[in-house]
Amino acid sequence: MTRKSGHTANWAPSRRAFLTGAAGAALTTSAATALPGAARAAGDPAITEIKDWNRYLGEGVDAAPYGAPSPFEAHVVRRDVPWLTADPVSSVNFTPLHELDGIITPNGLCFERHHAGVATIDPAEHRLMINGLVDTPLVFTMQDLQRFPRENRLYFLECAANTGMEWRGAQLNGCQFTHGMVHCVVYTGVPLKLLLDEAGLKASGTWLLAEGADAAAMTRSIPLEKALDDCLVAFKMNGEALRPEQGYPLRLVVPGWEGNMWVKWLRRLEIGDAPYAQREETSKYTDLLDDGTARRHTFVMDVKSVITSPSPQAPVTHGKGPLVITGLAWSGNGRISRVDVSLDGGRNWQTARLDGPSLSKALHRFYLDIDWDGSELLLQSRAIDEAGYVQPSKDALRAARGVNSIYHNNGIQTWQVRADGVVENVEVS
Amino acid sequence: APHGTYNLGRRATEEEVAAWNIDIRPDGKGLPPGRGTVSAGETIYTEQCASCHGVFGEGAGRWPVLAGGFGTLDDQRPVKTVGSYWPYLSTVYDYVRRAMPFGDARSLSDDDVYAVTAFLLYLNDVVTDEDFELSHENFTQYRLPNEPNFKADDRASEAHYADRSEPCMTECKPGPVTVEMRAAVLDVTPDAENGEQMGSGAVD
Repeated sequence: MTRKSGHTANWAPSRRAFLTGAAGAALTTSAATALPGAARAAGDPAITEIKDWNRYLGEGVDAAPYGAPSPFEAHVVRRDVPWLTADPVSSVNFTPLHELDGIITPNGLCFERHHAGVATIDPAEHRLMINGLVDTPLVFTMQDLQRFPRENRLYFLECAANTGMEWRGAQLNGCQFTHGMVHCVVYTGVPLKLLLDEAGLKASGTWLLAEGADAAAMTRSIPLEKALDDCLVAFKMNGEALRPEQGYPLRLVVPGWEGNMWVKWLRRLEIGDAPYAQREETSKYTDLLDDGTARRHTFVMDVKSVITSPSPQAPVTHGKGPLVITGLAWSGNGRISRVDVSLDGGRNWQTARLDGPSLSKALHRFYLDIDWDGSELLLQSRAIDEAGYVQPSKDALRAARGVNSIYHNNGIQTWQVRADGVVENVEVS
Repeated sequence: APHGTYNLGRRATEEEVAAWNIDIRPDGKGLPPGRGTVSAGETIYTEQCASCHGVFGEGAGRWPVLAGGFGTLDDQRPVKTVGSYWPYLSTVYDYVRRAMPFGDARSLSDDDVYAVTAFLLYLNDVVTDEDFELSHENFTQYRLPNEPNFKADDRASEAHYADRSEPCMTECKPGPVTVEMRAAVLDVTPDAENGEQMGSGAVD
């Protein structure tokens, strides 16, 4: 039957079945061998029949001034976990890492974390103030900021709470949910040092307070040493203006450090001579240990990795034979020097192949190409950074900290790949 | 007068800095002049805060608990409140003035915030007199119980980080590895049937 329509139906495959683990038998045969005998003899109708897109005209260049993904990719979206928070306005959603490749996160898929929703700001009415221990307290417009020398830098941004739901054990079935509070984009912005120098730092200044313009007026204390090192005040991501949910028109970039410090809708920088002990560095973003004491100022995001495919949302549907194992690795301490992958739950390891640019404090993409014999796999990845830190096991972290830290869980993740190709989040002995 | 290398931007006026510079440090730097009593704070709290945080700061539904939880920080399920966990009173004043009530931030006067802060001290047994008045003058005399129990980031001293030798590559565990725990058993992933279930380590 030939459908004479220029419109593409939304036939995005549903992943619900895989999420609930109710996939039944995953496809273990290829499409070619699944064809009935007669059809196989006649050939694949995808080839032997003339398709609509081969006959009728498609849309013109005037149809989509701002393009969107194919409707067949409609399942590649941010998702949230309703029970995590009291209200979706002060909440988080997750990047679909299992569907992505390379190291750049598309702007529309970058996970969101707000404390008072997405501020809608007219850039003409946005101001950046510098005050405190400076020679000249200053106010900048967005136009002023566009006149400073700029830099472009690729950095990961990871929420301190990424993987936080897994401290007590395997809980969420999908790397989107266990590891998806991370993204990596190219920022265009002004080195923070240039702006601070413009105001003239007094010698007594040792700390910087960054503040957002939204209804949470997010504030974090940052050591001045870090502010002068590699922080940016950014107005573009992946070449275009920041998305509103990522801080439009202005955000702070704090490379390698926990995402909470990357203040969005940035409106003020205050120089002081002591930390400010704001809510987000006392009540929150402090790490409770087993003995009831807590660490504060745990800024750096430690060395970490995860296999993004196969994973619970990306089961193996092609049966035995060549299988691409891929994932991401990153470290707030610099570059990733190596990623090892285990197929047997950490008994034996082989070094994976890093592919693409290796940039400091950015995501790294790794691959291990194997010939799968169809037996059960217990997949793990273990990253090592240029400082020599080795990604720890979850058990090592629990032994050192207990299970109530919430933040900074960079433990090694295990996926169980069953013989039928279904994948599950598990913990192993 | 010109400033800096580029002479971009302009000098902020004192009024502009005062409008935005509302942060308060533990040493009291930034506190505005003002005062408020526990009983005045109870009135404001009951009208504007209790619907989310509970009449006694116990929290309604999933909203944050503000009072109690004493002695629970080393429990299996710690209860982290202003009284049991927060190190500094300055953070209470600063955060309430900055971001509360949720959805109507910046609506409380400086005196209102002193009163609500006084009431939170009362709910957490730091003060016991309903006539107690908190002000910019006596503010720094009041300390929260958990202040001494915070320490600097010493993660680098943990065994797994202190040892930067080459990690094991072969036969790293004695026998075959067994699965100890499964996410599917818990079944709280969205799209599962019981997605409303409470999990551990919730973000807030």
